[in-house]
Amino acid sequence: MYVYNDFDQAFVRERVAQFRAQVARRIDGSLTEDEFRPLRLMNGLYLQLHAYMLRVAVPYGTLNPSQMRQLAHIAERFDKGYGHFTTRQNIQFNWPKLEDVPDILDALADVEMHAIQTSGNTIRNVTADHFAGAAEDEIADTRPVAELLRQWSTDHPEFQFLPRKFKIAITGSPNDRAVTRAHDIGLRMVRNDAGEAGFEVIVGGGLGRTPMIGKVIRDFLPQADLLPYVEAVVSVWNLLGRRDNKYKARIKITVHENGIDTIRDMVESRFEQIQPQFGGVDQQILAQIEQHFLPPTFHPKSVDAYEAARLANPAFRSWSDTNLAPHKAPGYSIVSISLKKPGATPGDATADQMRAMADIAERYGHSELRVSHEQNIILPHVQKSNLPAVYQALREADLASANIGLISDIIACPGMDYCALATARSIPIAQEIAVRFDELKLEHDIGPLKIKISGCINACGHHHVGHIGILGLDRAGVENYQITLGGDHTEDAVIGEKTGPGFSADEVVPAIERIVGAYLSLRHGRGETFLEAFRRVGIEPFKTALYDSEAKADAA
Amino acid sequence: MSRQFTPKVVTANALLEGDVVWLTADDRWTRDIHEAELIEEEAHGQIRLIEASRQTGTVVGVYLADARPGPLGPEPIHFREEFRTRGPSNYTHGKQVEA
Repeated sequence: MYVYNDFDQAFVRERVAQFRAQVARRIDGSLTEDEFRPLRLMNGLYLQLHAYMLRVAVPYGTLNPSQMRQLAHIAERFDKGYGHFTTRQNIQFNWPKLEDVPDILDALADVEMHAIQTSGNTIRNVTADHFAGAAEDEIADTRPVAELLRQWSTDHPEFQFLPRKFKIAITGSPNDRAVTRAHDIGLRMVRNDAGEAGFEVIVGGGLGRTPMIGKVIRDFLPQADLLPYVEAVVSVWNLLGRRDNKYKARIKITVHENGIDTIRDMVESRFEQIQPQFGGVDQQILAQIEQHFLPPTFHPKSVDAYEAARLANPAFRSWSDTNLAPHKAPGYSIVSISLKKPGATPGDATADQMRAMADIAERYGHSELRVSHEQNIILPHVQKSNLPAVYQALREADLASANIGLISDIIACPGMDYCALATARSIPIAQEIAVRFDELKLEHDIGPLKIKISGCINACGHHHVGHIGILGLDRAGVENYQITLGGDHTEDAVIGEKTGPGFSADEVVPAIERIVGAYLSLRHGRGETFLEAFRRVGIEPFKTALYDSEAKADAA
Repeated sequence: MSRQFTPKVVTANALLEGDVVWLTADDRWTRDIHEAELIEEEAHGQIRLIEASRQTGTVVGVYLADARPGPLGPEPIHFREEFRTRGPSNYTHGKQVEA
């Protein structure tokens, strides 16, 4: 993975030193909160409901074991012994004290990490396919491009006063695991007719209060043109984007109001203007970055021990059925470590669990870890012969839940348990759904089903693209949950449809049970997933299940 | 006739810890809502808000929150304010254990 050069080291250290002085000036009264707030936001420090929150960037979701151990150390030394992995592949600490934050940032710099541009009106952490460099279906590992984008976007002089935040996602696989269609810019690697690899460029996607699926601005962009093209997009939006109304400032609204064809023309003309100025320096830097992302040497080894363990241990078989994905190298698997034990907080890991994952990655996983946008941790390269040992080590760390992609593998934002913007809680709803379906022992029979929960309209929990989406709202001083169905976050992205009136906190789990019950009774066998069944029959049978039984119960 | 005024408390977060605090009648910041001043008159509330907002060296994000009298002192009305007196529901962290 990428190793900081002298410039990166000096830059990150200097930013920590600047922030240390800014915190000191805030505490001694030289800076007011109005003056300090933009400075702390530039360094990822929020003030939430009960405490400050520090959001640390995990660039394109990639971590090495020493970084993971340092996150564990920070959790114990400066927080309450845990961290929360987010839908943008970052980690948040929920209880730092203001005075400690410069020390935390120094501790991060020790392992080449930072919190720069994790908040505010900036180009945020570039998110990527969490299977990058390992996936069987991948054209290329796009993390070097993501790192190039990170370096380019950090303190970019033209983009210091953007209309609003700006989020980029990238995937090297035609099967989109990075939600590229719900980002300001989505980059999806494809091949052209000549067989060359390049990017489909998507702009103007986003969730939040005005959810929109991104539109294709370029079918095929050669990789060599990527950086000037992305710069042209941000540049056009920087001029056109509305600063009069923060709800209309994101590029999705700019694209919607001006039309994709106008935006495309402006971007192409800006691109022509700036492309020669790059003079190939971006490609030279990219070539250097690529040297840091060379794949490990894979050694094919017998899978007999793995197959024998599957036969001997039903729990291991169940885990390997759900938590493994095909690897490009023979004899290897991609392991997803579930941070979704039923009853636990989605995305949370204790310091001990972080250390356990670091140890396992070091011993069995070529020292690589990834954070997925689905709030799980990935070991991208594990030899199948080592899987029984990995499983055993995960069990010892209470990390062996066999539920990836199933109903209890729920995305949930922090909601009103932590977030100052939230209108209702998300975490308890996720906990109750997961516990209920664990009790029913139906999860594996139900099959692939993605529930995504947001505690407010800003949609950090991606509820619009959940197969079942749940949005927590404040209805006259009571938590109320609106349900959407049929959303999809993949390359065929779709915004889910609202079912109708919302449900109180007590009614959500029974409502989800009725939806799942309807699916089980109408599906064409186990081969038809929830989403496929929904697409075949539409929303009506689910509405009937949701509301008619309720009406009957009321009448009874 | 003016509409009924809902009593208020002045609340904020402490600058150093970020912890939730409320303003008392004798101008202290308390971590216990029961010790807060229950403001029963709108004009007085505005004055207390202005006074509290000047204290930028100790607190952040001052605002007035609806409250009602209870046996031990002011109590929150809205669920958000209730959570602020307690802490998160997924762990026993925050005020529910640090009182």
